[in-house]
Amino acid sequence: MRAGEIFHPGLLRIRADDRIQALFEFWNMKNLKLSAVFLWLAALAVMPVAQAADIVGVITLKGTPPAEKEITPLKEDANCGAMYPTTPTTHFYVVGAKGELADVVVSLKGVAGKSTGASAPPVVLDQKGCLYSPQILAIQTGQKLVVKNSDSCVHNVHATPTVPGNPESNQVQMSGGADLEYTFPQPEMFLRFKCDVHPWMFAWVSVMDSPYFCISDKDGKFVIKNVPPGKYTVSAAHRKLGAQTQDVEVKDADVTANFTFEVK
Amino acid sequence: MNAETPIKTNPWLCGFAVLTAFATFLLLGLGGLVTSHEAGMSVPDWPTSYGYNMFALPIKFWKGGAFFEHTHRLLASAVGLMTTLLAAWLWRKDSRPWMRWLGVAAFLGVVAQGVLGGLRVTLHMDALGIFHGTIAQLFFALTCALALFTSRFWAGLVANPPRLRVPSSLRTLVLATTLVILGQLILGATMRHQHAGLAIPDFPLAYGSWWPETGADAVAGYNAQRVEINGENPITAFQIELQMAHRGLALVIFILVAACAGLAWRRLGGKDSLTKLALGWLALILAQVALGASTIWFNKAADVATAHVLVGALALTAGALWCIMAFRRSEPSRATQALGAFGAQPALAANK
Repeated sequence: MRAGEIFHPGLLRIRADDRIQALFEFWNMKNLKLSAVFLWLAALAVMPVAQAADIVGVITLKGTPPAEKEITPLKEDANCGAMYPTTPTTHFYVVGAKGELADVVVSLKGVAGKSTGASAPPVVLDQKGCLYSPQILAIQTGQKLVVKNSDSCVHNVHATPTVPGNPESNQVQMSGGADLEYTFPQPEMFLRFKCDVHPWMFAWVSVMDSPYFCISDKDGKFVIKNVPPGKYTVSAAHRKLGAQTQDVEVKDADVTANFTFEVK
Repeated sequence: MNAETPIKTNPWLCGFAVLTAFATFLLLGLGGLVTSHEAGMSVPDWPTSYGYNMFALPIKFWKGGAFFEHTHRLLASAVGLMTTLLAAWLWRKDSRPWMRWLGVAAFLGVVAQGVLGGLRVTLHMDALGIFHGTIAQLFFALTCALALFTSRFWAGLVANPPRLRVPSSLRTLVLATTLVILGQLILGATMRHQHAGLAIPDFPLAYGSWWPETGADAVAGYNAQRVEINGENPITAFQIELQMAHRGLALVIFILVAACAGLAWRRLGGKDSLTKLALGWLALILAQVALGASTIWFNKAADVATAHVLVGALALTAGALWCIMAFRRSEPSRATQALGAFGAQPALAANK
């Protein structure tokens, strides 16, 4: 939407100056029927309009996940290790005190072909401290993914998709080098980015065919915003724990869909 | 087979052939480290390195995975040069036609292997890595064979073959065992180039049983419990079955090589060079089993996994050389006649 435009709840777009001019014209009309105009406006105001709603929920992990491992090769690396006072660990299971599970990719199934990726702002994936940040992220098909190198050392950015149509690529990125840009035409869950110079560096990018997705935060919470009314299947996918689904119906109000994963 | 006049050997040529074989062995180890460190794609371009001439890459870039990949490329170039020189030397100085062509085969082999390694990088094809790894082992066996054929030992074998001939049953068994080892190496290369880490994390059991469950739920459970520093791909049922096949074949190879050694001892006697080689072969297999187990127990530590690759190459080469020598002093047969070309040139013409 451009500046200077008014977005009507009834999905009518009228430029502000055009509206004022129209009102004067109405006022000057000889056979103006004010009552009819006001009736029309009143009817527009009370007209039932289909409202988008949010799908919200909390993801919980039941059971004790395997212990994360110390990334000792990182600590032992002359360039990378100096940036850490202690040895960093892997982050496969980001779990809160009450089992709140982060880094779960939540999306709507069966809404293919709705991608707005071409016009969506780019998503940034950074290489910082010889780790990818964030490690779990999601974009739309056609949306630009910008990969930065904030480190003082060289990395190679190696995208390893498995879905046909998404091209594999491997590019070197010097310290302070130009950002690298990626787009993927096909939906794919957990498309892996890796650095082979530092083989502990990974990021998993989920590519969606619609704008209706999000990633659970450290409290396990997620919100898929502005979902049009309808029946949907919500999918929650964790890189290690697989995927779960839940059917929901979106009407006027927000819908809740909680998920519980279990590690055995 | 009749004894022939001794071949006049050239110790410099033999020494250079041995040096080439040794350099190839080091290259094999460095290649093993590249895969063990998951560093095969750390230098995305080829034949340049990070856009530089390969031989002029500033040393500041020789870090992390790039160190292994780049030094592998440099050593491969050296082995390529050495093989080219060896082939040229053989072509000019060795009058045995089959030997000259074997040198040409080695030259073509090293070129093909280099191109294959480069294409594996530029085409992003893991499958090419399997071929690259397997051909590397075969090429090492070839360089060792070249060293053998240029040696005084081989000349002695041609001139004065031991009276005791190798029974066809024994050489067939050794040949079959060597081929089974080659199959095992292909399996191993396939496992390594899945880039999935350890498909089974325990040994001698597999996920706590003698044969692991490979249903979808079981595999999902295995993946949920795997925490790999190298963030490997999730494992699949196929990869678990592949490792089980590798374990099973290892047992078969151990039995076969033990049978070869036992048969050689019984038929050729304990002092025969082939019996000694067969016993050494058995020792290699025992070491290989221990290294295979250690690869799992040490969570696929790069040095242990690479040692496993190297001993595998030695086991293949030991079998191949045993076969060559056994056919050279085998009982008369059609196979012998077919392979009689080994060293069957008139003595004085053998080396100029």
